[in-house]
Amino acid sequence: MSNPTDLPELGLVSLLRFAWRQLTSMRTALILLLLLGVASIPGSLIPQRPQNPMRVQDYFTKHPGTAAWMNRLSLFDVFGSPWFSAIYVLLFISLIGCVLPRTFDHLKASRALPPSTPANLDRMEFFHSWQGNGDELLAARSWLKNRRFRIRECNGSISAEKGYLRETGNLFFHLALILILVGVSLGALFGMKGEAIINVGDRFTNTQTTYDSLSLGKLSRNHSLSPFEIIIDDFQAKYDPRTNAPLDYTLRVTMIDKPGAKKVKRIIKVNSPLEMGSTNVYLQANGYSPIVTVRDKSGQVVMEGPVPFLPQDGNLTSIGAIKAPDSHPQLGFIAAFLPTAAKNKVRGGFSIYPEALDPRLLLSAWKGDLGLDSGIPQSVYRVDTSKMTKIGLQSLSVGQTFTFPDGSIRFDGLVQWVNLQVVRDPGKMYSLAGGILAILGLLGSLFTRRRRIWIRTAGEGKVEVAGLARSGVPGLENEIALLIADLKKDGK
Amino acid sequence: MTHSSWAYLSNYLVYSAMGVYTLAFFAHAYETAWAVRAPQGEQVKTEGSLLVKTLDYQRTERAGRIATAFMILGFLLLFAGVVARGISAGRVPWGNMYEFSITGALAFTGAYLVALKKYDLRWLGLPVSIFVLLILGTAITVLYRPSAPLVPALKSYWLVIHVSAAIISGGVFLLANTIAAAYLYLDSMEQRGERSAWAKRLPSLEVLDQLSYRLVAFVFPLWTFAVMAGAIWAEHAWGRYWGWDPKETWAFITWVAYAAYLHARVTVGWRGRKAAWLCLFAGSTFLFNYVYINIWGTGRHTYSGL
Ligand code: HEM
Repeated sequence: MSNPTDLPELGLVSLLRFAWRQLTSMRTALILLLLLGVASIPGSLIPQRPQNPMRVQDYFTKHPGTAAWMNRLSLFDVFGSPWFSAIYVLLFISLIGCVLPRTFDHLKASRALPPSTPANLDRMEFFHSWQGNGDELLAARSWLKNRRFRIRECNGSISAEKGYLRETGNLFFHLALILILVGVSLGALFGMKGEAIINVGDRFTNTQTTYDSLSLGKLSRNHSLSPFEIIIDDFQAKYDPRTNAPLDYTLRVTMIDKPGAKKVKRIIKVNSPLEMGSTNVYLQANGYSPIVTVRDKSGQVVMEGPVPFLPQDGNLTSIGAIKAPDSHPQLGFIAAFLPTAAKNKVRGGFSIYPEALDPRLLLSAWKGDLGLDSGIPQSVYRVDTSKMTKIGLQSLSVGQTFTFPDGSIRFDGLVQWVNLQVVRDPGKMYSLAGGILAILGLLGSLFTRRRRIWIRTAGEGKVEVAGLARSGVPGLENEIALLIADLKKDGK
Repeated sequence: MTHSSWAYLSNYLVYSAMGVYTLAFFAHAYETAWAVRAPQGEQVKTEGSLLVKTLDYQRTERAGRIATAFMILGFLLLFAGVVARGISAGRVPWGNMYEFSITGALAFTGAYLVALKKYDLRWLGLPVSIFVLLILGTAITVLYRPSAPLVPALKSYWLVIHVSAAIISGGVFLLANTIAAAYLYLDSMEQRGERSAWAKRLPSLEVLDQLSYRLVAFVFPLWTFAVMAGAIWAEHAWGRYWGWDPKETWAFITWVAYAAYLHARVTVGWRGRKAAWLCLFAGSTFLFNYVYINIWGTGRHTYSGL
């Protein structure tokens, strides 16, 4: 291989070769590795869109100027940004470029014999010589063979080497990193992930329209959603009465693999998803849906049923919106739901316990135009009151009705909802296999001592022994001392 | 015994461990300071290097042994304290930051004591006891939370696997960093001239350099395992094995930093100062993850209970 400094002969091929050699050099790899670490730092300190879109939005409202710039630099999606991808793609090209040739070299080397004994053993480490009786070479040979050294014999000397596992393990480790990346890419390209809020008692069917949010991998197709159904039978949440912290969530479901298949009862918990091949169903969150009936002036029902509300704190103080677009005028309610109601001057109404012990629905009623026909997508948890006028405020217990000139709303009761997350990741088994291989390889490479031992008998029974440690793991000194002791013992 | 009396017992044991570690600290300090005392008689007038050679270590040897005995006793008391904490909560004692901290301190002294069997490390007892007292002191005063059951997301046997691997790795990393810091300190001392008298008994720079490398090489696979076990757990609990949550990101950064450290040593041949600084940098990413991300982070890993 030529030196980078004498390369500048012109031409595309040599330039590419030069670039390749630079890229696959150890120094470049090391820099890229460190750069990858440094590049992920902003991703952990700045709010990230895939993890936390709300906080990104907050950031935009608070610092519109800087946010725009940061957005241009992909700082709100560091791990999906072109520059982050560039670093790891380069790193892995560099890794492949370095590891593959080494694998071939290693395969060759593992069939070859150790290099022959150097001429001057007294210049090597751990040199020792003594006056022997002539049997030492034979004894050393069986000593080294028993310890599974690889041996080359040549005129009165033995060159032995052991610890090839170090390089094997190291190569396995680096190849396993590539396997992990392959698994990650397969998941990203062919996987899917969706979330849906389902009320207890309702049925979830695995079609695109059921999801509140759904993201499909770039090469994943819609029709690839497997056609299963899940009926939410029951949901139990247990809380610690001292700290209000959740103790246990248990979700009982009936699952139907495909239309017409047998119904199977299952239990889903936070750490034990429902598994169907590479698709898993997770219990992600839960909350309450107040059940209401809204009537217009004439007493006609214009909206009826449970409305999922979003929890805002650990005691499930929840907010939501109730909309009745079919009444005239249209009615909207900005609402808060308190499972166990309490009140104070500063916070107004809030919940003091996550179970529904004293449920209360706080309403702010509006009439006018809900703005649903404007074509701009609207949050189902908010009411756009820009074209509405306020009717009034009311707090309802279960069974109570708030009547106003344009109609009425009745708080019928409540039901719990669960947020199901459905994930398909066809690459995860590859990543897992890569992870296991990586650790095994690492153990082999970090704990194996690679070393050479030489022994030579010169004229008049003089015996010389020396060694060379080819890794940072200590122990060769003791090994050689043991060999010498055994040889001297045999000699007697 | 009721749950709350186990909790009291645990607190009592942790306080006692702190007391014993304080004694260990004084014994180590005494051992170290004693060596500075100039011997009596005419040697005083001779040259510095000679003077040190004639120092009498016999009495400090006794102090050193006592110090190690205190370290072992402190370890046992703290171990009992951690176990009692677990019994009081009816689970493994790794549910909040107070519990992580006392277990981390336990892992740190454990790593020191294990390494002590193999290497001549007794001198490290001084910084180790200081760090342990700092960790336990912050744990008791700032991080303390009453013993309570686990939230559902933590109820998994992966908690045991992932967290124990992470805590042990943390203890050994901290030890490696203590040695790297000692290296840098002694190195700058040697740059200015000779080591001070008390430091002459400490191992050579080469030994320190090698030792911190050995420790990192030893736990790197364990840390890799801890990160991967975390990924498997995340897959069970959250439906993805890697999501660039701040905690995960910093675990990755620590992993990359120590991998870079190993590379720098094995393949580029970094030794001494450069390697020690890189080791300290890698260790500080671990500490940052523990302190900053646990307390001020916004990810799904915020179980500090604060
Ligand atoms: C382009 C990328 C890479 C190249 C060319 C490369 C190459 C090497 C080489 C030549 C060794 C020396 C093995 C020995 O002599 O025993 C090594 C060891 C190692 N590599 Fe890499 N590597 C790369 C990426 C990585 C990555 C991404 C990681 C993990 C984050 C990693 C972790 C390690 C570890 C832990 C060792 C063992 C160090 C030791 O033996 O003490 N490497 N690598």
